[in-house]
Amino acid sequence: MQFSESWLRTFVNPALSSDELAHLLTMAGLEVEATEAAAPAFTGVVVAEIVSVSKHPDADRLNVCQVDVCDGALRQIVCGAPNAAAGLKAPCALPDAVLPGDFRIRVARVRGVESSGMLCSARELGISEDAAGLMSLPSDAPAGESLRDYLDLDDCRHTLKLTPNRADCLSLSGIAREVAALTGARLVLPEISPVAVTRSQTRAVSLQAPAACPRYCGRIIGGVDAKAPTPEWMRRRLLRSGLRSVSALVDITNYVMLTLGQPLHAFDNARLSGDIRVRMAAAGEKLLLLNGQEIALSDDILVIADATGAKAMAGIMGGEESAITLDTTEVFLESAFFAPAAIAGRARRHNFSSDASHRYERGVDWENCARALEYASALIMEICGGAAGAVTDAVVEEHLPRRAVVRLRPPRLAKVLGTPFRAAEITQYLTRLALPFTRESTDFLVTPPSYRFDIAIEEDLIEEIARVHGYENLPAPEPKGQLAMLPQPENRRALSRLRQQIADRGFQEVINYAFAPEDQERDLAANVAPVRLANPIASQLAVLRSSLLGGLIDNLVTNLKRKQSRVRLFETGRCFAYAKDGHRQPWHLAMLAYGPALPEGWGREKRATDFFDLKGDMESLFAPAKLAFIRGEHPALHPGRAAHIQWAGRVVGYIGELHPQWTQKYELPAAPVVCELELEALASRTLPAYAEVSRFQPAIRDLAVLVDQSLPLDDILRDMKAHAPQQVCDIHLFDLYQGKGVPEGRKSLAFRIVMQDTQRTLSDADIDLAVTGIIACLEQHFQAQLRT
Amino acid sequence: MQNLESIVRAAKTAFATALDPDALEQAKARYLGKSGQITVLLKELGKLAAEEKRKVGAAINQAKAAVETALAERREAIRQAELSARLAEEALDVTLPGRGEAQGGLHPVTRTLERIEQLFASLGFAVADGPEIETDFYNFTALNTPEDHPARSMHDTFYLLDEDGRLAKGLLLRTHTSPIQARYMQAHVAKYAGQETMPEIRIIAPGRVYRVDSDATHSPMFHQVEGLWVGENVSFADLKGVIADFLRRFFETDDLKVRFRPSFFPFTEPSAEIDVAFTHGTQQWLEIAGCGMVHPNVLSRAGIDPEKHTGFAFGFGPDRLAMLRYGVDDLRLFFEGDLRFLRQFV
Repeated sequence: MQFSESWLRTFVNPALSSDELAHLLTMAGLEVEATEAAAPAFTGVVVAEIVSVSKHPDADRLNVCQVDVCDGALRQIVCGAPNAAAGLKAPCALPDAVLPGDFRIRVARVRGVESSGMLCSARELGISEDAAGLMSLPSDAPAGESLRDYLDLDDCRHTLKLTPNRADCLSLSGIAREVAALTGARLVLPEISPVAVTRSQTRAVSLQAPAACPRYCGRIIGGVDAKAPTPEWMRRRLLRSGLRSVSALVDITNYVMLTLGQPLHAFDNARLSGDIRVRMAAAGEKLLLLNGQEIALSDDILVIADATGAKAMAGIMGGEESAITLDTTEVFLESAFFAPAAIAGRARRHNFSSDASHRYERGVDWENCARALEYASALIMEICGGAAGAVTDAVVEEHLPRRAVVRLRPPRLAKVLGTPFRAAEITQYLTRLALPFTRESTDFLVTPPSYRFDIAIEEDLIEEIARVHGYENLPAPEPKGQLAMLPQPENRRALSRLRQQIADRGFQEVINYAFAPEDQERDLAANVAPVRLANPIASQLAVLRSSLLGGLIDNLVTNLKRKQSRVRLFETGRCFAYAKDGHRQPWHLAMLAYGPALPEGWGREKRATDFFDLKGDMESLFAPAKLAFIRGEHPALHPGRAAHIQWAGRVVGYIGELHPQWTQKYELPAAPVVCELELEALASRTLPAYAEVSRFQPAIRDLAVLVDQSLPLDDILRDMKAHAPQQVCDIHLFDLYQGKGVPEGRKSLAFRIVMQDTQRTLSDADIDLAVTGIIACLEQHFQAQLRT
Repeated sequence: MQNLESIVRAAKTAFATALDPDALEQAKARYLGKSGQITVLLKELGKLAAEEKRKVGAAINQAKAAVETALAERREAIRQAELSARLAEEALDVTLPGRGEAQGGLHPVTRTLERIEQLFASLGFAVADGPEIETDFYNFTALNTPEDHPARSMHDTFYLLDEDGRLAKGLLLRTHTSPIQARYMQAHVAKYAGQETMPEIRIIAPGRVYRVDSDATHSPMFHQVEGLWVGENVSFADLKGVIADFLRRFFETDDLKVRFRPSFFPFTEPSAEIDVAFTHGTQQWLEIAGCGMVHPNVLSRAGIDPEKHTGFAFGFGPDRLAMLRYGVDDLRLFFEGDLRFLRQFV
């Protein structure tokens, strides 16, 4: 909602500057988003009449004008504008005037001819971009009057960002009412009296959907001149309130809507036949709207119809067929109340909105219909001429909204706001807000006026009191509450700690959109049925990701383009998939490592990150959980360098090197190593539990065997541990060797076996027995050969 | 005796000119070795008379002690010199960079969210979470925003298709974290059903939210932190107090102005927007949160008696808070994954 400040000041004129007014409104909940001056600062410019024009003796393109500014004698001004002509009225900057850009006007000689002032274009005054010629003023503009006064250029345009509850402020009189309540300044609303009825023509109105439209006022005004110009003052007020002038009749309906908040619609009466019926549309009924859109109506849309069919979407937009034109001579003017529920959402459904629907869906004052109709009638007759017929005021009383009494209890007010108010204060605030009330004991019984659609419960009144009192003036004490410790589950892995651990291992966190390109989901997650958005912002962001991997790959590509050679990234976030009973949206963690295993530097091993670097990260991050890595395939991964990660018997994620196919598709110089896990599956961790530490020395034996190259280590280790006596507390691989000295197709595995008993020192016999057992096991189960 | 003195002098000179342990040992041999000058003199003592022997013997022993002391001193000096030489040789260029993994970092928004969580945890606010694919019911209806309510046009909502490509009825991407309020209250009421008093609810709920909006200052995915405190005596003044305290702690400055300005949300009444301005810099008011007293309809719907319990709720924009805190001037930087940007927040 935009409005002209000087227009507002015709209704209420508090002693506040424009900025103070804007602040006042903002702090009362009517946020002023922008305040723009009608024109930049300038001085010394008056309305001038060009009396005569003659050619400059020494310059082809210049004219010498004799100009009257009503200060005694004519002034001679040299001017180059093509539209300079005798009789034209235009702005004139007098000597010593200062124009925008701090440009001072002086008496000067222009090619030998004295020029005492400057005739101005609109651009020279900063009023518009029009620099084609002198700014042409109406012929009745009073010569000599200050241009700022004449065009009201000290005015401001304020833009309000109104919240949906304040429908009552969608008009100048509504804003004025609010300003009066906030400042105590006197409110003067336009005086409206019924116009004389001099025509007998009327049109009957039948309210066939009275719940949706309980009141409809209409009248015919005949003999109008639709081509009459809109008066300058009205055009200016509309423009400064954000509406361009269209034609006198349209401008008048807009003007009345802006003044009073009541949307009006003017039909070309000659294009209506029979009675007006306000009814629900028949499903499928067609209507060509004023905006050129033809829509098929549904049966929950209210229409204004005549004997031939729907003519307008009630309260939303008129129809093209019955629209007024410049040739219209007879109008049927509508001023109605449509229930918010009957209008809300309908325009949005067809992807448009209108000033009328915006107001109706928030609430229009039903007691204002006739008044607005009379005001518009008077303006039409004044500007376009014509004679009015009687008003048809169709009302179904029982369907008009009723304002229920709302009780305000001072103790409740104190409880909600946290500070008490005296009865006198409450009385004063309610009075300033023009909210009528009676008292019952200490309570206030408020009957909200018809224009307030936002006061239905006690809290609404509490907000009103707080608003007028000023939110700023409410206390802000240190908080007091029940003390209660927060739970700290030690057997849960906190996401915040996990993220920090990952960062400590050199990974940088990223946050990517949950939207993904469909082909990426198909390629990297083999997801052919991704969760799809109905209204994506772009076709390449049309589905929701089922994996975080695609985002990390995109980040890698971006960073490689920016010359980053070592990229380690991670993200945690929800992923999405269809499930039997709706959707799954588990939290995932994904990590990506690319480039050298260690940051570039001196004196260190220079090798690329590989599978085992990231595997090591995983193992550390989730310790003490012992994750299992099972060879397995994944659409994103190199089939020989991929594993499923298992925990507690189920697959919780994958790890591996990106498949060469995708490395090529994303134009990566080398394959990154990636992993992705479902976090919930790994959220629990065991509480540490003490086990006795042996007082006896451990015995350590090393053992190297040759086995078939394709044997997975895990199988061997599991078997060794299963068959080792209980004193063997650890077996781990400490070397892996293939090459010289090891036959083709075999590999050498070196194990360290740690044995210990909590009760005694192990004897050599115990130790040998254990080792021999393990060797036998290796030989029998894996055809291992002991290396000596 | 003269002879003894000159031997001691000569020994001292010989030791002083020995530059390494070998040379020193050789010099030592010349005086204290088996056929060293002092040793020879001592051996010859036997030939003297007893009286003479005692006298000369004492003199020779004195000389021997002097030579031994000189030897020990020289040994220590050579050892020290050698140690110094070795230490000098072993010196490092300590300005060479250290080795090992570089430190990674958290995303600035995560950093901000964790900071917010910690600050509120210190007031006893637990962290709650909720789904991002949300039902129309929790996103709107439970929050007092029925279908066709004009407030719904304040949110440009992403809707979903079902598996058959039809509009998924009643589902959307949450437009705010407020549905967690409704979900949490419901669960809380169920948990304490039948008990005489219900403990206070104090939660914050950080998370990603979605709106159909994309330009320099809007991202289709962004973050919110919802806060909720419901109890028997929670007032608008408490809301102001908590928020003021939080903002001072979050920005760690007193150069901060905070203002509450009336606004409208269907699920709070009274409602407010929170603006901040820094007394240094532009001093412009920046909108950072919406808040208000939980609407009685929202409490009732969750099964809480609004006559007995009151509460406040707020929703912060942590992206905006992170921008203000770290001086980031473009929201889009947060979601581009550019390491040159992200590494600044290690």
